[in-house]
Amino acid sequence: MPAVTETREAVEKLGQSSYKWGFETEIDMDLAPKGLNEDTIRLISARKEEPEWLLEWRLAAFSAWQQMEEPKWAKVAYPPIDYQDAHYYAAPRKKPGPKSLEEVDPELLRTYEKLGIPLHEQALLAGVELPEGETARPPVAVDAVFDSVSVVTTFRKTLEEAGVIFCPISEAVKEHPDLVRKYLGTVVPAGDNFYAALNSAVFTDGSFVYVPKGVRCPMELSTYFRINARNTGQFERTLIVVEDGASVSYLEGCTAPMRDENQLHAAVVELVAMEDASIKYSTVQNWYPGDENGRGGIYNFVTKRGACRGARSKISWTQVETGSAITWKYPSCILQGEGSVGEFYSVAVTNNHQQADTGTKMIHIGRNTRSTIIAKTISAGQSDSTYRGLVRVLPKAYGARNFTQCDSLLIGDRCGAHTVPYIENRNMGARIEHEATTSKISEDQLFYCRQRGLSEEDAVGLIVNGFCRDVLKELPMEFAVEAQKLLQISLEGSVG
Amino acid sequence: MTQFLDISGLCARIDADGQEKEILRGVDLSIPPGEVHAIMGPNGSGKSTLSYVLAGREDYEVTAGSVTFQGKDLLEMEPEERAAAGLFLAFQSPIELPGVNNANFLRTAVNAVRRARGQEELDAVAFLKTAREAAKALSMAPDMLKRNVNVGFSGGEKKRNEVLQMTLLQPSFAILDETDSGLDVDALRIVAEGVNRLRSPDFSALVITHHQRLLDYLVPDRIHVMAKGRIIHSGGPELAKQIDSEGYTRFLAEAA
Repeated sequence: MPAVTETREAVEKLGQSSYKWGFETEIDMDLAPKGLNEDTIRLISARKEEPEWLLEWRLAAFSAWQQMEEPKWAKVAYPPIDYQDAHYYAAPRKKPGPKSLEEVDPELLRTYEKLGIPLHEQALLAGVELPEGETARPPVAVDAVFDSVSVVTTFRKTLEEAGVIFCPISEAVKEHPDLVRKYLGTVVPAGDNFYAALNSAVFTDGSFVYVPKGVRCPMELSTYFRINARNTGQFERTLIVVEDGASVSYLEGCTAPMRDENQLHAAVVELVAMEDASIKYSTVQNWYPGDENGRGGIYNFVTKRGACRGARSKISWTQVETGSAITWKYPSCILQGEGSVGEFYSVAVTNNHQQADTGTKMIHIGRNTRSTIIAKTISAGQSDSTYRGLVRVLPKAYGARNFTQCDSLLIGDRCGAHTVPYIENRNMGARIEHEATTSKISEDQLFYCRQRGLSEEDAVGLIVNGFCRDVLKELPMEFAVEAQKLLQISLEGSVG
Repeated sequence: MTQFLDISGLCARIDADGQEKEILRGVDLSIPPGEVHAIMGPNGSGKSTLSYVLAGREDYEVTAGSVTFQGKDLLEMEPEERAAAGLFLAFQSPIELPGVNNANFLRTAVNAVRRARGQEELDAVAFLKTAREAAKALSMAPDMLKRNVNVGFSGGEKKRNEVLQMTLLQPSFAILDETDSGLDVDALRIVAEGVNRLRSPDFSALVITHHQRLLDYLVPDRIHVMAKGRIIHSGGPELAKQIDSEGYTRFLAEAA
């Protein structure tokens, strides 16, 4: 049933007011000059007091990047990016190395408070508003990255006692150089793709996680990324290594101020899971999406990949993507270990003029490897959303299995949803299933809910959450509630 | 005028494939508080349209007439405002809401209505207790509260689910649009009992049906015959038997 006129009008009325994370923090910044060349990279490396090998690695990535071209195959459109017209390093000016919260700029702490990110361990343990029906909230360790640097990481002591390393990657380079050197770039090589090469050249911070043999990480880990400075890009790098029989659940969140110009975010995330290890990586992506006319917003060009190196290892990606002007992102799993498992659960919401081209790659190398892909795409306004996924089964992946389900939900009649599955099978014994549906929120459903007393907004929220339920239930409990609210806010005003 | 529900000269049309189609052509109907009225009539006479127009479905354009509900202009109100004011429509074909848990849907609806009525919201525990009792009274399987709204429900289960919603939302005026269609005798009795339990001086209902059978269990105060978008005849409960044996021909001839 076509959308009624009021629906279209309401979509047009949707302003940026619904993006409540769009404020800016006034803070004294240490900013590298605009432009990207070898000197910029040397400056970043020097600021971070990096060892020679890392500088060499960066420079190699940079020269590779210079030979590369931006990928054009995604279904997204944007004006050319001037890579020389941005700052590649922006850090809040601070006394060298704050070791405790007391030394962190109070303006920064207030920023995170406004964002609802608990940086005080005490505050986290007590007095946080609890979702209905929950009695206690397990503590979550947080690494807060502000522009180019990590400002604070909580619960490090508790984690250390368990043998878990959770710290900014710049610190890991100094404190655990062997570990970083052993794994950095082994899942996403420096020259993997245009944006990964750019990231390898100029990455400034991000999180490093190492869970030793047999350890179940005692709490959820999370990194919170915030872009604040003008004309900067954010290039964070996350590396998570989980040894035999160990496990971790990690969540990342992100927001940015509302600005008229576009800002670039090109992150790289690498995951390594050894024998019987499991990594659950959840993302709630809420970068500023631009205003109702498509002005401003973050370009989110991200490379995320996990390697299931050991037998029976498992990597599970869950993402709720509501933000960014453009999203280009394909969290992937390389299923090398025998019987290893890859999962991808995704909800991507686009509204107004947002564009998203997102999906996953499941590369089946080992025997009896299994993968599951559940992708839910919701488009509203004049937005365009594409699911793009690759399932590749190599000749030796006997007994490989994949199940893919892609569902698209359209709100209004001026948005688009596209499903582009690639299947490359080189093993005749593999079993690959693909299901796809496209539907609209029908006027019947809305009327039914409203007849029962729900407002139209609440009705849409309920229907959308129902549509996404298979994915939302994969999120850690405390974030599922957040994600549900976020979905509702993202679609505010999308129907009459 | 009853001061409860008064429909006067109501005309409505729908835009069907670019063609304006007049469906209601001057409906006059008054329902006093505490009474159950039934509407019978041949297919296409406008019975379901009347129920949709009363509930506020936007596809229909009201071209003339008025509806006052408890002193208020019903046609000016949004569908959810009508629900809050006490109007409930049991759908002829209840809508499926994939992924939406039935209990969660019911509680969201009940609390939305309670909020609008200035009543205190029910917490999860209190609500579940009430809902379970109401479901049991309708002989519904306990797992129906856990399933997705109407998804995979049989025809009978869907109808019972409508009556369950009606019970929990405590309307002052319910429209039952062919709630009896597709029900076997036992289910019919259970559904009718569900409606009868709500009967009180503060509850009125408009029952749309094709069959006299439902009216055996749910004895109405008045029966109206609808044809070609108008009420053409009204009478007492005995009218049902007459229609059952003679059909509508006589009324249609009289009206012509």
